[in-house]
Order: sequence, then C-alpha cells, then structure tokens
Amino acid sequence: MGLSVRLKKKVNGFVLDVAWEIGNELAVLFGCSGAGKSMTLQMIAGLLIPDDGFVRIGKTMMFDESRSINVPPQQRNLGYVFQDLALFPHMTALDNILYGSNGMCKLEKRERAKEMIDAFHIEGLEKKYPAELSGGQKQRIAFARALMRRPEVLLLDEPFSALDNPLRTEMRRFLRDIKNRFDVPVVFVTHDLTEAFTVAETLIVYSSGKVIQTGTPKDVLDNPLNSEVELLVNTTPYFLNLTNR
Amino acid sequence: MLESSVLFSLRLSFQVAAVATFFIIVVGVTVAYFLAQRNFKGKEMLDMLFTLPLVLPPTVTGYYLIILFGRNGLIGKQIYEWTGWSIMFTWYAAVLASFVVALPLMIKTTRAAIESIDKNLINASYTLGHSEFETTVKVILPLAKRGIMAGTVLSFARALGEFGATLMLAGNIPGKTDTMPLAIYSLAGSGEWSQANCMVILLTLMSGFFLYFANRYSKRFI
Repeated sequence: MGLSVRLKKKVNGFVLDVAWEIGNELAVLFGCSGAGKSMTLQMIAGLLIPDDGFVRIGKTMMFDESRSINVPPQQRNLGYVFQDLALFPHMTALDNILYGSNGMCKLEKRERAKEMIDAFHIEGLEKKYPAELSGGQKQRIAFARALMRRPEVLLLDEPFSALDNPLRTEMRRFLRDIKNRFDVPVVFVTHDLTEAFTVAETLIVYSSGKVIQTGTPKDVLDNPLNSEVELLVNTTPYFLNLTNR
Repeated sequence: MLESSVLFSLRLSFQVAAVATFFIIVVGVTVAYFLAQRNFKGKEMLDMLFTLPLVLPPTVTGYYLIILFGRNGLIGKQIYEWTGWSIMFTWYAAVLASFVVALPLMIKTTRAAIESIDKNLINASYTLGHSEFETTVKVILPLAKRGIMAGTVLSFARALGEFGATLMLAGNIPGKTDTMPLAIYSLAGSGEWSQANCMVILLTLMSGFFLYFANRYSKRFI
C-alpha cells in the first residue's frame, strides 16, 4: 500500500514539478492557494495528464510517461472527495452512495451500502436529495460514496472548507477514524495551517509548484528547512509584530 | 365549422412538426453534446454552420436545401438515380425544411444546459468508475433535462410555424404539402378570410401555449 508520484506539468506559465512518496498514512499537501496542490490530486486521479513523470498507486503504475502508460480515471481505483463535494443533485443520498459501486454484484452492493450507511451515520437520510441535507451530512455522504468501491487511496481536496469551525474540528477527528477504520492511505489538500497540523501524519509543504519540505508536522515546525517554510508554518512573528506595535 | 382542408392542414402541420422534432432531439442532443464536451478543430465553425438557419432568411435555407436535395442536387441526384424517388414536393420535404430551420434552437439550449453542469460532477462520475457513456446517460443528460425539454418545445413550435424553407422545398400543394402557414398564405391570397382567421387564431394560440410551456420548463436557457 502507498502512493508514489513524480509529476511535471506546465499550464499557462505555471510550472508544477514535484516528487513524493507516502506509505499507508495520512499525508497533507499544505501550501498557499495556487501552489499546485489540487492539480497534483487531479493528476493522481487521471483527470489531468502530466507532461512527464509517473503515478504509482500500491504496486500498480497508473501513469508513466516514459513507458506510455496512462490508465483512465475509471480504472484507477481511488476515492476522490471534491472541494464542493460534487454530490449528484438529481440522486438521493443512497443513489449517490450506490453510484460508487460500479462492478459489484447486487448483493455486494447492498451489503457494502449498508456498511457505509452505518459507518457514516447516514441512517434516515437515504431518501433525501443533496439540497435537503446540511453541510455536515453532505460531507459524510461524499465520504461514503468515495469509499464505497474500496479505493486503494483516498484523495481529499479541501473537503471541509465550506464548513463552520466547530463542525470542521469534528470532521478532522472523524477523518482520523476513517483512516483507521478503512486502512487506506489518505492525501489531504489544505491551505489551512491549523487543519494541516491537526490531521497530518506526514506534511508535504508546497510552494509555487514545488515541494519545499516533507516530514512530520513536528519536524517541519521545529526545523523548517528554509525561510520560506518558516514563513508558511510560523505565524507567531506576525502576531508578535502586531502586539509590539 | 372547420372545413376538411383546414383539418388536413392542421393534421399535416402536427405530423410534420412531430417527425421533425423527433429527429431534432436525436441529432440536436448529440451535436450539442460534442460541442459542449469535446474540443476539436473547427468546433466553432460547426456551431456556426448549424446556427446559420436561425438567422438566414428561410428562403435562403430552402435554396441551399434545393441545391443539396433537389432532383439534380448534390445528394438528391444520387438518391433519384438509385430509387427514382425525389424528396421534392412531398411532405418529407416539409419535415426536412422544418428540421433544418428548427435544429439550432435545440442545439443552442442543450449546449448551454450541458456547459452549465459543474465539471466536478462529471469528474466525480469518472473517478467512481463510470465510463463516458454511462456518465452521459446517468449524469449529464438528467442534469441537462430542463434545457433539452425547453429546446424540444421551442423546436416543435418553430417547426409548426415553418413557412419559407417549406415553400421552397415542398411547394404549396393543396391536400398534399400545405401545412397551416402555407394554407394561410393561400387563403389570404384568394380572400377567404373566415378560414384564414380561424387558422391564424389557432396557430397563435398554440404557439403561445408552447412558449408558456417552454418558459415553465426552463427560465435559464432561453
């Protein structure tokens, strides 16, 4: 289990050039907006094709420019939770979840759906449409849908950004439970410092299309590799400056 | 009160509009899908070509159709040599004329509807293991439903009212190709006002009803 990538892509003057590897852990891609984090996820999922590099999920090569391998997104077994969640508005909660069960037999579909409904506390919401659900409920359905087909890696693109603060805190705790329960590597994208440090097992710091440091949150916080990382992860001087004034 | 010729025109108009609308749905949705979802060379040229009948005088559209489908036309000649049959001056010609003139309404509304679908919904469907075809059937078309419905109603109403291109291609043969607009033209020309009034009112009421229907289905795509 794990995920290994080396990605190069040039889009409208922006250059992404990153390489990193994670095991069965919860990795956070942290950096400012426009640093290339979401783009990385899209390339892992096959929704965007890199100019060069490779994507390996588990033992399977999903993309390799040098060997002309490019597995279509449908066949890369991964779960993707989008920033706006992307629940299908014309399907009920249950149909949204079942939509992730392509290729399963009827019995397996039903059992897996029941398992997901239990795991994500969705009982009673099955027949509701996304428009009738609260932010937190939609979140849980998006996670259930993404995990329905037993993905080999879970990709999360700022999934909590639309939630208010108390709910965000709850969802972060929930995320660790998911990670443990489903035993799947997670790549979590965020530009929120608190969020990055509370959920990460490994922190991958992005800046302008490059990875500028990788390590545990404590490592990065204690030993920032350069002033750029320091600026990104340490807000204290800014607050000190404010109080000194 | 209604004379048999009026009833004939009424029935023919509906028959022509219904058959034309059927083909408009099949072709229009397919073309709109490719225009909205794919990037290819000459895409906007293709869009322009399909939209032209919307702005060209219908007589000009009809003229082009004669060049293509007339007995000595580019395609019509081949058909005539093979089968000894020509579409000219048949009710099929009225269908063809209505189809070409009303098709842009379907393509415009459906393309707008498909393009307004959140790209992430389509991506989500792909990452959940669904092919492009499944995604089209289960996500794209259901979400573009309102636009397609509005396009259908508008196309039907336009096909019902088609005059210029139909006159060029199908002629105005009483009891054969005189749809309501053509019949009204003949009746007004020969001063038969009571029948003309009757048809004009009927056509106005029906068109108004269809517009109301289209508006109810979609306020966004018109």
